[in-house]
Amino acid sequence: MKKILILFSIGISFMLTSCGSEKAEETQSSTESVQTAPAGGQENVSDDESQKDVVKVAVSSKDHTTLVAALKQADLVTALSNAGPFTVFAPTNDAFNKVDKATLESLMKDENKEALQNILQYHVTVSAIKAENLHDGQTLGMVNGDNIKVTVKDGKIMLNNSATIIASIPASNGMIHVIDGVLLPPTK
Amino acid sequence: MKKLTNLLLIISIITVTFLSACKPKNLNNAVSGDAAAKAYVAPGKYDEYYNFVSGGFSGQMSVYGLPSGRLLRVIPVFSVDPEKGYGYSEETKPMLNTSHGIVPWDDLHHPELSQTNGEIDGRWIFGNANNTPRVARIDLKTFRTSEIIELPNSAGNHSSPFITENTEYVIAGTRFSVPGDDENGDVPISTYKKNFKGYISFISVGKEDGKMDIAFQLQCPGINFDLSHAGKGKSHGWFFFSCYNTEQANTLLEVNASQRDKDFIMAVNWKKAEEYLKAGKGRKQAVKYAHNYYNETTHTAVSEIRNEVTILDTKELKDICYFIPCPKSPHGCDVDPTGEYIVGSGKLAALIPVFSFDKIQKAIADKAYEGEYDGIPVIKYDAALYGEVKKPGLGPLHTEFDGKGNAYTSFFVSSEVVKWNIKDLKVLDRVPTFYSVGHLCIPGGDSRKPSPKYLIAYNKITKDRYLPTGPELAQSAQLYDISGDKMQLILDFPTIGEPHYAQAVAADVIKNNSVKFFKIDENANKYVSKGEGTTKVVREGNKVHIYMTAIRSHFSPDNIEGVRLGDEVYFHVTNLEQDWDVPHGFAVKGAVNAELLIMPGETQTLKWTPDRVGMFPMYCTDFCSALHQEMQGYLRVSPAGSNVPLTFSTGTNMPKEEAATK
Repeated sequence: MKKILILFSIGISFMLTSCGSEKAEETQSSTESVQTAPAGGQENVSDDESQKDVVKVAVSSKDHTTLVAALKQADLVTALSNAGPFTVFAPTNDAFNKVDKATLESLMKDENKEALQNILQYHVTVSAIKAENLHDGQTLGMVNGDNIKVTVKDGKIMLNNSATIIASIPASNGMIHVIDGVLLPPTK
Repeated sequence: MKKLTNLLLIISIITVTFLSACKPKNLNNAVSGDAAAKAYVAPGKYDEYYNFVSGGFSGQMSVYGLPSGRLLRVIPVFSVDPEKGYGYSEETKPMLNTSHGIVPWDDLHHPELSQTNGEIDGRWIFGNANNTPRVARIDLKTFRTSEIIELPNSAGNHSSPFITENTEYVIAGTRFSVPGDDENGDVPISTYKKNFKGYISFISVGKEDGKMDIAFQLQCPGINFDLSHAGKGKSHGWFFFSCYNTEQANTLLEVNASQRDKDFIMAVNWKKAEEYLKAGKGRKQAVKYAHNYYNETTHTAVSEIRNEVTILDTKELKDICYFIPCPKSPHGCDVDPTGEYIVGSGKLAALIPVFSFDKIQKAIADKAYEGEYDGIPVIKYDAALYGEVKKPGLGPLHTEFDGKGNAYTSFFVSSEVVKWNIKDLKVLDRVPTFYSVGHLCIPGGDSRKPSPKYLIAYNKITKDRYLPTGPELAQSAQLYDISGDKMQLILDFPTIGEPHYAQAVAADVIKNNSVKFFKIDENANKYVSKGEGTTKVVREGNKVHIYMTAIRSHFSPDNIEGVRLGDEVYFHVTNLEQDWDVPHGFAVKGAVNAELLIMPGETQTLKWTPDRVGMFPMYCTDFCSALHQEMQGYLRVSPAGSNVPLTFSTGTNMPKEEAATK
């Protein structure tokens, strides 16, 4: 914990030195003390009573730590805490482990954020689709602009013939379908 | 691997902290120190702008001052308003009449100010009823609903009430396609493709009096029409509509209307439609719809049922309609101030296409079509496209313009407003909104002459913005200063109902025309009393008409006897004041409807049916003077068949004989 805190403060001081120029001046020049809300969006609303949204469901799953880290890195937490409705195809840690390690690590780098966003947005569609409404031959338009092909065979629902839905969890703002593979957008 | 993940997590936490902390340079949540000063309007000072905000499911329209966010007025439009007696007084009841009878509620989505030469002229503002399709016109001299017209062949009047640049027409496109009103609607829902059609109404607006009339309706393919805007300048004569559900699904649209990669923007050449109309190509159709008009001289609304519209079939009559492919269920359909660029915001799309009016014209001339959709030519996407804003944000909805070459688009999913340049399609700035933004408004932002000082974002979700008020929170508006290069959040203010679209205009365009009172000499209400000397109580069978006046601080008459159980009593109250901001209210015990709120010089009528024998007090509800609390009276109700004579008086404290015996 201590370690994290140290890293955290390093992060913050990094932030201050690297991007303070414009903002810091603004703050300094401001004579009034102004209350500011915490950075971020709806994910910061404190509410432990309501049904969990898709992000909170993922965060509470020990099998989705990689996905959660990636969502944060891709700045998608605010969007997915929104009203939705979303369907999130959520690859497990095991699914991510199937991806080449170097590729994964590279995707988590800031300079590859857009590529990571593209991949993660390829796992989200705007509409809450229950498993029973996924049909063989169906096409789903994903948030990144590409499509996913659904196949249903012997009761198993597959996406792009590469990942299978292994569990479905309803969330307050949509549906999470846990999948055993990472979906890769078509290369252009 | 676990270790790696942990490390990744830590790194990403740092990165996220770093990134999100960096964001405020675009202003994020940090409200900078001068925000309060920018939104501050000192006591005793007027605001700079009027902001007309739809009340959504409240059915009303609200008026705010900008930049203060002061609520100035709630204008009752499609829903009854007991506070103002709207929909309860005999004079206003006809305003809510429809072919279904009195409809006391609706869902008002979009306000649109009247324009002359593409500029807001401050005369009227229009609003649409989404549920039982209607369009209302509000007179901005009185800030009251003057006229409501119902729309036949329609269901879910959503892409409405947008106007042409000289307010030649207000248009209204159906959201739900349905079988025509003159056809058999008793068909299986699954016959959507065969039996359902989309109708778009062109409502003409009287140049001087603003009176509305359905000039013609366009019969279009059965799909959903969502939003629209008129062409302007070079594209005047055209209208553009966003269309979704081109899959023609009739169930679970959430899934089934998102199948196609592209839906359409429909371009309508309404000048061509006018030619066909003139040439007698229209088909007369028997329908039934209400037209309600409030006369400011009689202070009375009259509702009439009309029985015919003229239909132009766009499948047969070529060159009226063209489809342009537009990605993923387009919602907003916005035309820039020059009229050249048409922005279609596909709410499920990862980009924003910008179409060029010139290219559309050329594509039509060259017949650059990819085919037909239900008899309507479909222009090739690339032939109409000016360019795309790539990866602008998630869930683009609506776009407003600043007249300086920039567009501002709201993004529902990513809760932000993004400013981009129309010419080079580059993103210039983005700010978060809190949260789940829908519409945007810049004063004049959909006209030819925007006044780009402020931008208001209308948000659906306000968790953590306002003190909790149970399961439902107020929706909100957020005011941004857009006078500089970067947008700056300066104010939150709550709104009534759900704010869909809004309009704003410089106060000077409207404020000097405001009516202060109605001239009593011109009051032509059938039941007016122009002075206390003409007040009376008249029995017509079981109807008792009380001609009453109100002036500071008494009613005349204020003692009424001889009313019997079984009577219908009509209080016709005339406010004799000829002074600004002195309404009188009128309420009587046991009234099952509402109060009256009578403007100076006006007559309003409350119908009251006594349900028991006894003494019924009545009083003024709107604080009018130091002796407001003395402004009261009694009405005595006797049993049916009683021989108590009908009498009325003011100032006769006790009957003479009784006074004598005391």
